[in-house]
Amino acid sequence: MKIEDKKRVLREMVLHRRFEERCYQAYIERKIGGFLHLYPGQEACCNGVMEAARPGHDYVITGYRDHVHAIKCGADPKEVMAELYGKETGSSKGRGGSMHIFDTDKRFMGGYALVGGPFPLAAGIAKAIQLKGGDEIAICFLGDAANNQGVFHETLNMAALWKLPVLFVCENNLYGIGTSIERSTAVVHQHKRVAAYNIPADECDGQDIEVVYEHARKAVDHVRSGNGPFFLELMTYRYRGHSMSDSRGYRSREEEELWKQRDPIFILRDRLIKEGALTMAEFEALEKETDAYIENEVIKFSEESPEPRVEDLEKYVFADRETQLPWLTGKAA
Amino acid sequence: MANIMYWEAIQRAHDEEMARDPLVICMGEDIGVAGGTYKATKGLYEKYGPLRVMDTPISEGGFTGLGIGASFLGVRPIIEIMSVNFAWLAMDQMFNSAAKVRYMSGGQLTAPCVFRSAGGAAHQLGAQHSARMEKVFMGIAGLRVVTPSNPKQAYGLLKSAIRCDDPVFINEHELMYNMKGEVPDGEYFHPLEGSDIARAGTDVTLFGYNISVHWCLKAAEILDKQYGISAEVVDLYSLSPLDRAGIKQSVSKTHRAVIAEEDEAPVGVGSEVIAIINEECFFELDAAPVRVHSALVPQPYNHTLEKAAIPDHEDVVKAVLKIFGKA
Ligand SMILES: Cc1ncc(C[n+]2csc(CCOP(=O)(O)OP(=O)(O)O)c2C)c(N)n1
Ligand SMILES: [Mg+2]
Repeated sequence: MKIEDKKRVLREMVLHRRFEERCYQAYIERKIGGFLHLYPGQEACCNGVMEAARPGHDYVITGYRDHVHAIKCGADPKEVMAELYGKETGSSKGRGGSMHIFDTDKRFMGGYALVGGPFPLAAGIAKAIQLKGGDEIAICFLGDAANNQGVFHETLNMAALWKLPVLFVCENNLYGIGTSIERSTAVVHQHKRVAAYNIPADECDGQDIEVVYEHARKAVDHVRSGNGPFFLELMTYRYRGHSMSDSRGYRSREEEELWKQRDPIFILRDRLIKEGALTMAEFEALEKETDAYIENEVIKFSEESPEPRVEDLEKYVFADRETQLPWLTGKAA
Repeated sequence: MANIMYWEAIQRAHDEEMARDPLVICMGEDIGVAGGTYKATKGLYEKYGPLRVMDTPISEGGFTGLGIGASFLGVRPIIEIMSVNFAWLAMDQMFNSAAKVRYMSGGQLTAPCVFRSAGGAAHQLGAQHSARMEKVFMGIAGLRVVTPSNPKQAYGLLKSAIRCDDPVFINEHELMYNMKGEVPDGEYFHPLEGSDIARAGTDVTLFGYNISVHWCLKAAEILDKQYGISAEVVDLYSLSPLDRAGIKQSVSKTHRAVIAEEDEAPVGVGSEVIAIINEECFFELDAAPVRVHSALVPQPYNHTLEKAAIPDHEDVVKAVLKIFGKA
């Protein structure tokens, strides 16, 4: 990666980290409700892949751990946070919540809460791209445990059969909630599972963004060149519990410490310092600046935004009635 | 007016819409090269090719989800699920993805897809191929449910469902694909909401949908000829939303109601219609409404047992006579 790009991505990753940590705090303060799944530890995965792809052009879909993916695609952090606050200004107008961030203008096609649910949706988006003849690709980010759903296999089969332009990114963080991958899955290395469908696959370190980027570039090129699907597995780790109610009794503090020594932000920071492109003081200033932005803009916006109106409770269940009248009443023009 | 079969009407709607809009596609098991289990997609593969007429693997959850995903980008897939019994495997995607995506995205995304499936009990197909599942679909927010009782509706409802931006489930019937009926020669869109008065009457309303409309019509004939009772038959082709105004209007006129459904009674169309009558026009009633429905059993294979499990026009007649104190 070019130095300028690495510096920019470091900024973004710091924002992603601090944003998520601020969510944690807001949850404790009961500003955010429901389930909250945070991303710290895995930042190089989303960032590395999306640096190789075209955010805002390629279609991205994911599960419930979705804030960072949305922001990386171009969603405004203010609107994402406002969504978590349940406000009318939120990206889904307060109707979705943490697990259902959407920004279709930025081609972020949403976060979905059913484990494995996005697999066929991603293939369908790819099918639409194929029909329309664009050069976009569909990228599906999901966890390791999602691969134990039936639709994983159904989707791989169809994607290979119809050569759909879809990249499956498996963020293998070794756990599905509190069950380690060895205890849930007969094959720990997920890329091996797709060989049966003749889909090319690759696995790499998910903590070093430059490694992710290099592997993702090949994967994205493969898909964009019309060769059909690709499966990329990234070995990573989430620092926090699965969601907010998780006290992490299923894993050791030693294991966590080991992974934190390979922190994706510190790896990139230290490399940039070594390359003479950054100083520690600059990095610390960046963190402060990011925190100030989050506090003064993101949180302020979310706090000050209005709640949705109760009168609008049933809005968005169906398409706007006026526009559908010919089909609802049979009085077509 | 052409007199064509139910399957031909469905095929014609596919063909017209696919000819009009290259983003209308269809998908399902055996719909392409084989022409469709009930011929509803006959000839389309040859005309529109494999990219738009997709023979899918036997992966109901997978291909239903795939169709839904494609619809996010404006593709209008008509997804055929060979038998409604197999729709259980697709319901996660229908209900969790298609029906909810508009709401949970704050109106940003919509899933303009059509799900078609053959429901109803045919002849001796046994417990796992005879389900009536309209009750399952009609309680889902964000999903429209229609069920055609004749070729005209089969054609016009599919046309409207394809054009509508909401996801629509169309419940067809295995025994009705060869039924003949008049379909307008010109393009015709049946409304996705409302109900049809299939026969006007004054003494009792018989509510039916899909196949049970035909039991009601036959029962009305008998009631008129043999008992001098004038029955109105209301065809509830839209199961979600149900036509509250239409239900109220007819019951306010006849003051009596029988609801006939091929589905089992609990949590079904009959219970819902009676609840609506209670809410809309309880004091118009001269008698307690009666439900005609299947026995609550997995469908038996044995011919005699199967017949005993499923109601018909005679059960509708009996229900009316009971209301009038004649049975
Ligand atoms: C169909 C379904 N089953 C179970 C759950 C509950 N659940 C939510 S997340 C999760 C674990 C998923 O783990 P993984 O796919 O590895 O993703 P990660 O959370 O590690 O990012 C489970 C079991 C669910 N949301 N959906
Ligand atoms: Mg995991």
